[in-house]
Amino acid sequence: MTAPNGMRTMLGRVRGLGSAKSGFAHWWAQRMTALALVPLVLWFVISIISLVGADHAAVSAWAGQPVCGALLIALVIAVFHHAQLGLSVVIEDYVHEEAPKIVALVLVRGLAGLLGLIGVVSVLKLMVGS
Amino acid sequence: MDARKRPLSPHLQIYRWQITNSLSILHRMTGVALSVGTLLLLYWLAAAATGPAAFATAQAVIGSWIGRLLLFGWSIALFYHLCNGLRHLAWDAGYGFSLPSVTKSGMAVLGATAVLTLAAWIAGLVI
Repeated sequence: MTAPNGMRTMLGRVRGLGSAKSGFAHWWAQRMTALALVPLVLWFVISIISLVGADHAAVSAWAGQPVCGALLIALVIAVFHHAQLGLSVVIEDYVHEEAPKIVALVLVRGLAGLLGLIGVVSVLKLMVGS
Repeated sequence: MDARKRPLSPHLQIYRWQITNSLSILHRMTGVALSVGTLLLLYWLAAAATGPAAFATAQAVIGSWIGRLLLFGWSIALFYHLCNGLRHLAWDAGYGFSLPSVTKSGMAVLGATAVLTLAAWIAGLVI
């Protein structure tokens, strides 16, 4: 069989033609953020418990430490990326009309990016302030 | 158009609920709930960065009975999604697919969710 572009390898010809398209990258990102969130969430829950009743100065000092600040930023990024990936799948599964689906997807991804940015900026401000 | 009768997925109202499909949809529901609940924690973080007055307001909102109720619900959803997420990661790695082990790991997830939620609240309120 002669292909129109006979110089290309078999793999090169089929690459990108599967049903998953960029689905693997989405699936993999969801797993990687999940894996990162296991220790980050446990650390955050333990930290929050130790901060019960703490005043503004104590919380600011805690979040302003380099290690705590970096872990908080990692947590915020992983949380909002993971949430956006998961919510996108829920929208794609249940919203069948094309226009509302695209509006919902754009809203969820835009909001996740913006809220994540608010979280990162808040932590940076606490780090610089202390 | 070919009118062959193709197999349909079971209709929800006549489908017999089992631990497998219940925990599966619960994973999704807790995921959506956590996405919304995370706003409460982002508010707390942003208030801390804004200043002492805003932080005092945030502490009062979260410390009120409705704030605590939301936080309690959020903690159950968090620990469930965390434990069941680990179960999903094990499946992705190829482990635990037999029916008995799926049931067993499902029960373990429910037990661990209850234990972790109670432990976190006892640690937070009593110790």
